[in-house]
Amino acid sequence: MSQAPVTDRAATDSALLEVRDLVMHFPVRGGVLNRVVAKVHALNGVSLDVRRGETLGIVGESGCGKSTLGKCLIRLLSPTSGSIRYGEEELVGLGHRDLMPHRKRMQMIFQDPYSSLNPRLTVREALREVAAFHQISPPFGLDAYVEELIQKVGLRVDAADKFPHEFSGGQRQRIGIARALACQPEFLVADEPVSALDVSIQAQVLNLLMDLKEEFGLTLVFVSHDLKVVEHFCDRVLVMYLGSVVEELDCRRLHEDARHPYTRALLGANPINDPADRRPLTVLEGDVPSPFDLPPGCAFAGRCPEVQERCRRERPSLEEKAGGGPVACWEVGPPSDPQGPRVAK
Amino acid sequence: MSATATEPILQVRNLSTCFKTDLGVVTAVDDVSFDLHAGETLGIVGESGCGKTVTSKSIMRLLPSHLSFQKPESQVLFGGQNLCTASEEEMRRVRGDKIAMIFQEPMTSLNPVFKIGWQLDEALRYHTDLDRAGRRARAVEMLRLVEMPEPERRVDEYPHQLSGGMRQRVMIAMALCCEPDILIADEPTTALDVTIQAQILDLMNGLKEKLDTAIVLITHDLGVVAQVCDRVMVMYAGRVIESAGVHEVFHSPRHPYTQALLESIPKSGAREHGKRLPTIPGIVPSLTELPHGCRFQDRCAYKEERCVESEPALETSGGRSHRCHFPLGGER
Repeated sequence: MSQAPVTDRAATDSALLEVRDLVMHFPVRGGVLNRVVAKVHALNGVSLDVRRGETLGIVGESGCGKSTLGKCLIRLLSPTSGSIRYGEEELVGLGHRDLMPHRKRMQMIFQDPYSSLNPRLTVREALREVAAFHQISPPFGLDAYVEELIQKVGLRVDAADKFPHEFSGGQRQRIGIARALACQPEFLVADEPVSALDVSIQAQVLNLLMDLKEEFGLTLVFVSHDLKVVEHFCDRVLVMYLGSVVEELDCRRLHEDARHPYTRALLGANPINDPADRRPLTVLEGDVPSPFDLPPGCAFAGRCPEVQERCRRERPSLEEKAGGGPVACWEVGPPSDPQGPRVAK
Repeated sequence: MSATATEPILQVRNLSTCFKTDLGVVTAVDDVSFDLHAGETLGIVGESGCGKTVTSKSIMRLLPSHLSFQKPESQVLFGGQNLCTASEEEMRRVRGDKIAMIFQEPMTSLNPVFKIGWQLDEALRYHTDLDRAGRRARAVEMLRLVEMPEPERRVDEYPHQLSGGMRQRVMIAMALCCEPDILIADEPTTALDVTIQAQILDLMNGLKEKLDTAIVLITHDLGVVAQVCDRVMVMYAGRVIESAGVHEVFHSPRHPYTQALLESIPKSGAREHGKRLPTIPGIVPSLTELPHGCRFQDRCAYKEERCVESEPALETSGGRSHRCHFPLGGER
């Protein structure tokens, strides 16, 4: 493995999005009076920057809050507290009407393109609707614009007058991408865009996203549970656990730099595509704590192989530490052993 | 690795399963043959619609008989019996007891209105002559075997009270409670997180060693195949297109589809980072409109005239087989 320098391509660029202490609690109502009886702590103070032109990966297991974070970033959800600065504007607290001008600049690609496309609209109608709503007025008319978009995402023009059910999963995801691009956004959140697709189709869609990103100068947040895809596709990755970011890493040095025990467990649990390189997969004991009732210390303490007394009492915050990216762990001191769990032969 | 010299415990010969559809009869599994030995893990890989699940359900005879049928030459030989022609009564004795199956979605395959203990009990009630207390003890023991936390308490819980990983463990416990000779696992970890997947794979490997169970693992995840399988069968549009030992398949694939599939997985490491992935153009042909000749021809990088003229036969040599006129040779 080559030792690429740990410099971020986009490090000098400005941040497109600055997120600070984002908290999202979902109230759970119950009882006769329908009072709030509990809260799901989906995000517990997440801070991050999305740099202009980068692809930022967000990984974690189900229930870690990665999709919630994605939806908060483009304000499909209203965070409980915190701040999202998009250029000069503060997005948190804006109402429906005030958000409208921003909607045009940021869009989302969903995991399941079938349930996110209107089954009664043809592709042409669906794309026209988006463009017309956001008052895109292309020089050669909306129809020509829509047809160009359809070709951009690798479909034939005759797809325009078909309905979503007439397409395969990969083709539907292409339509989902075309729909997101129809209002000419600069920022896209892709929530598990390839998880529902077969391996060969997954590669096609990833390549398409790469090309479109280049062509339209997009900034992308890529939410996924698949570390292999994120490692290949993204510039930086945030690893989430139970509503918090536990580590931030450069994807080119993922295996070398990973220091948080959870990140290393994730890497170690991913099966390698080589039968000659078999090793016992890292198996974590215990289960994820309930998001209703967070433990006082580190959320990972109950499953962590390196847990110390302090971890159960105090919650570590995401801090820059020498020899890698920011990490939220008391135990991380010196840079990790370069012969870490996955690099060793 | 198990000895291949011994008699296989399951022999599938010329298995063809057809479905009656509005568009006519469709052959979803076309002339599939393979052997399975005790203590061996056979991986069946392929993309959606390639026939891997139908193959497993045909072995278990779990497909609806009014919509599907098997061609007369199909044979599934198990314990001196052809399961394709066995009576429903005989099949019931085999299912759960001799051959057990784990399904993909643990939520939909468990009955939500019965406790875990009852569902484990069902197979034991039918296949063993243990009394009520004995069966319950066995159910708890099985839950402990699959490393379920607090099995005595969990046995009295309902499926919705368990997490996804625990539900899948219940499925495995159900499948194993009669100590089957063969375990068919259809995408057992697809719906699970990687850390839970690691636990389940670890568990299946342990059981194979402890009980010498033969496992048929159906998956689309090549990483899982590389880590746990001994032999691999690659399917495409209802056909077996390559079958070989796991090392051969990964390091010197013969069929262009196998090679392309392996190349399209994202690779780890800085060298490959952010590069375009090699892809397989196009999509899998519809079973109602199969091309004349090789079924992979429209997506193949090495297509020649002969591929259109005739479909290649499955050629077997040196313990591996492939279905291609122009197989790839040598080490990659």
